Amino acid sequence: MAEHLLEVRDLSVEFHTAAGTVKAVQDVSWHLDRGETLAILGESGSGKSVSASAIMNLIDMPPGRITSGTILFNGRDMLAMSAEERRAINGARIAMIFQDPLAHLNPVYTVGWQITEMMTTHGAPREEARTRALDLMKRVGIPRPELAMNKYPFQFSGGQRQRLMIAMALACKPDILIADEPTTALDVTVQAQVLELLGELQDETGMGLLLITHDLGVVAEIADRVVVMNSGCIVESGNAAEVYRNPQHPYTKKLIDAAPGKGEMPDEQERKGEPLLSAIGLHKTYGAFHALKGVDIAIMPGETVAVVGESGSGKSTLARAILRLDDPNSGQVLYRGRDLLAMSPRELFGLRRDLQMVFQDPTQSLNPRMTVFQLISEAWAIHPGILPRARWKERVAELLVKVGLKPDMAARYPHQFSGGQRQRIAIARALAMEPKLIVCDEAVSALDVSIQAQVIALLDGLRREFGLSYLFIAHDLPVVRDFADRVVVMKDGEIVEEGPVRQIFDAPAHPYTRALLAASLDPDPEIQAARRAARNLEEGLEIA
Amino acid sequence: MTDTQILSGRKQSGALGRWFSMLWADKLAFFAALFLFVVLLCAILGPHFLDAYATKQNLRGRNAPPFDLTHGWIYVLGADALGRPLLARIVVAAQNTMLVAAGAVAASSVVGAALGLVAGYSRRSAAQWIMRLGDVIMSFPSLLLAVIVLYMLEPSVANIVLVLAITRIPIYLRTTRAEVLEVRERMFVQAATVMGASHRRIVFRHILPVILPTLVTIATLDFAFVMLAESSLSFLGIGIQAPEITWGLMVSQGRPYLTNAWWLSFWPGLAIILTTLSLNLLSNWLRIALDPAQRWRLEMRGRKNG
Repeated sequence: MAEHLLEVRDLSVEFHTAAGTVKAVQDVSWHLDRGETLAILGESGSGKSVSASAIMNLIDMPPGRITSGTILFNGRDMLAMSAEERRAINGARIAMIFQDPLAHLNPVYTVGWQITEMMTTHGAPREEARTRALDLMKRVGIPRPELAMNKYPFQFSGGQRQRLMIAMALACKPDILIADEPTTALDVTVQAQVLELLGELQDETGMGLLLITHDLGVVAEIADRVVVMNSGCIVESGNAAEVYRNPQHPYTKKLIDAAPGKGEMPDEQERKGEPLLSAIGLHKTYGAFHALKGVDIAIMPGETVAVVGESGSGKSTLARAILRLDDPNSGQVLYRGRDLLAMSPRELFGLRRDLQMVFQDPTQSLNPRMTVFQLISEAWAIHPGILPRARWKERVAELLVKVGLKPDMAARYPHQFSGGQRQRIAIARALAMEPKLIVCDEAVSALDVSIQAQVIALLDGLRREFGLSYLFIAHDLPVVRDFADRVVVMKDGEIVEEGPVRQIFDAPAHPYTRALLAASLDPDPEIQAARRAARNLEEGLEIA
Repeated sequence: MTDTQILSGRKQSGALGRWFSMLWADKLAFFAALFLFVVLLCAILGPHFLDAYATKQNLRGRNAPPFDLTHGWIYVLGADALGRPLLARIVVAAQNTMLVAAGAVAASSVVGAALGLVAGYSRRSAAQWIMRLGDVIMSFPSLLLAVIVLYMLEPSVANIVLVLAITRIPIYLRTTRAEVLEVRERMFVQAATVMGASHRRIVFRHILPVILPTLVTIATLDFAFVMLAESSLSFLGIGIQAPEITWGLMVSQGRPYLTNAWWLSFWPGLAIILTTLSLNLLSNWLRIALDPAQRWRLEMRGRKNG
């Protein structure tokens, strides 16, 4: 039998919690060869990160316990090694990068110092380490590396920080790079660049790349082989393109079906009459930063308008300005012809009912000390006219059923629900107001793909049932494609393009829209391969 | 999801029964509550029954050692420099001690927290004024302030409570403000704003419950501090005046005899330590019991034991 660079055999890990023993992974086996990219695909709680944590000795023991299995690195069992030996391997032979680079770079040291330190702890002389750090920063595409060496992590953008993490990981020329959701926190265009960089570096160094992700698009872009995990077990593994085209396990099928961006786009509807809500010439500055530069937007009754853009484009500021969470510097927000910004607090209070918001992270937007019943019924406590107190219980139960939860869940607290369920509670809370317009600020981006599809379907059903309008703020283009009627593309506080969803996706006019569309990843490995080829060809032509 | 099933299964028993079983689940907190209950009983009933013993001098029994029952059970903890039984004095002193400490802690925490909520939540200049006022109190030596105030006013229990409360206000003020500033920016507060919640509702329904555990913890720690501060005032002769007694005063009265009669200071000191320890344990339990995300710890254990 050929020896693999890294092989995990029958690994089982348990965690002892107060609620009993949780089997995080059970009998997981996979292997990684030199120069190969293996993706571990799974949703949150599937145990996809656990085997990587076991390799890096990152599992807290107790409460964690490895109950069975071996991890062979170059044929040697890592679990039988001494702590000393494992430290020598960590970082030097097997390196790791994480989802949130800001949390993993020390804020009080310069990045140059941190990369250098990585090498000196593994025995490299300081001068040599410095030169190599400089080379690495040049290689990962940090502009002006000599200056950047003396900067602190907060002075870099998210994408640059991830590049720095990669530079640090590569400092000791590892045999294996483990990337745990390396691009999840990044914008689509930056994600594409980081993935491309990882691919290039792998070609140069011949290292094995282990990629942990929930995103089919990332798998399609970069992985050779894929391992699909669900609740601690491997349900399917094989060639990435093969698995996508011909999924065997029902879970894999479900996952691939849930990937957004495949549905029929709605036809263009005529926009007649008065808009439900319109913003005219909104300006907002934070100090010297101009977040909104004269934004106009209109939403018809029953229409879903999506605002897409990367971080810093001002899309969330727009939502907050419309709801008067932050007052804009100038401009108008007309709701049924009346200017919200000119209203007194008393007048505004009456209209609060009609305009509701669903936030990105339901963990934070639900008060942890209130039960579901209290959370939903708070709407009626604030606006006494909606519902008499005697009917609250009944109505909460109705709303819970409407969003796909059980009525007896009303007595529970938010922490007792999963992320998707929490977002349903947040939606039920918004519905309790019987609003006309719901602003969804990245309302599905924190959710797993299959849950995302369910929540989108729920929102869509509610739109049909109640004639709701949505202002749907997102960075994820495939979701927008499935759900929106109109798309507004924002960049640097300005609207660069606006139109019906079909027009934006089929015939984008602005170069930025085109760049966004090109950077968003398709779950089909073949389509991604074709796009990569086209990109390389373009670059080749440019060089020639 | 197992914890959710447990919660839904335990809803039948009444609210009081549930709290009791949660208290029973944490044995330390249970005994702490029991001890505090006894102290409270002493404070309420003690002076009624034991006042005569506590003030009766017995010069032949001066500094009588503890655990000697020849003078009677009341002398089991020994006697002080004037031959007064320590046990009776500690029981009687519980009332003044509790009055001063609880009064000062309650007054300073309520006032401090209220001002802190205003200072943290309001963006107007009133917030600045409140903070600067806190700075003034903090920059002024608290003992000096106490001396000045008590020199002008009558040194009575009410005035001592007043002085101690004023000097402790900045602690609550600053903590509350800092926490409010953080909690105010949380998503669920913004969600409440979107729903049209009034400021009062946001402050009392959404912000206060989140910061309350911190305040309770500080208050219990402060309890001990206030007892000792009161004793230093008494030591200077401007605190509680003899023949009135407090634990703090007993500690400082016993100080000159520490080398040959340790029990004079030891027993009242022990009473202070046990009281604050009990309060700490109880507040720790309360913090867990009030937090829906932590409560299962108590409910799980309660189930296993019951």
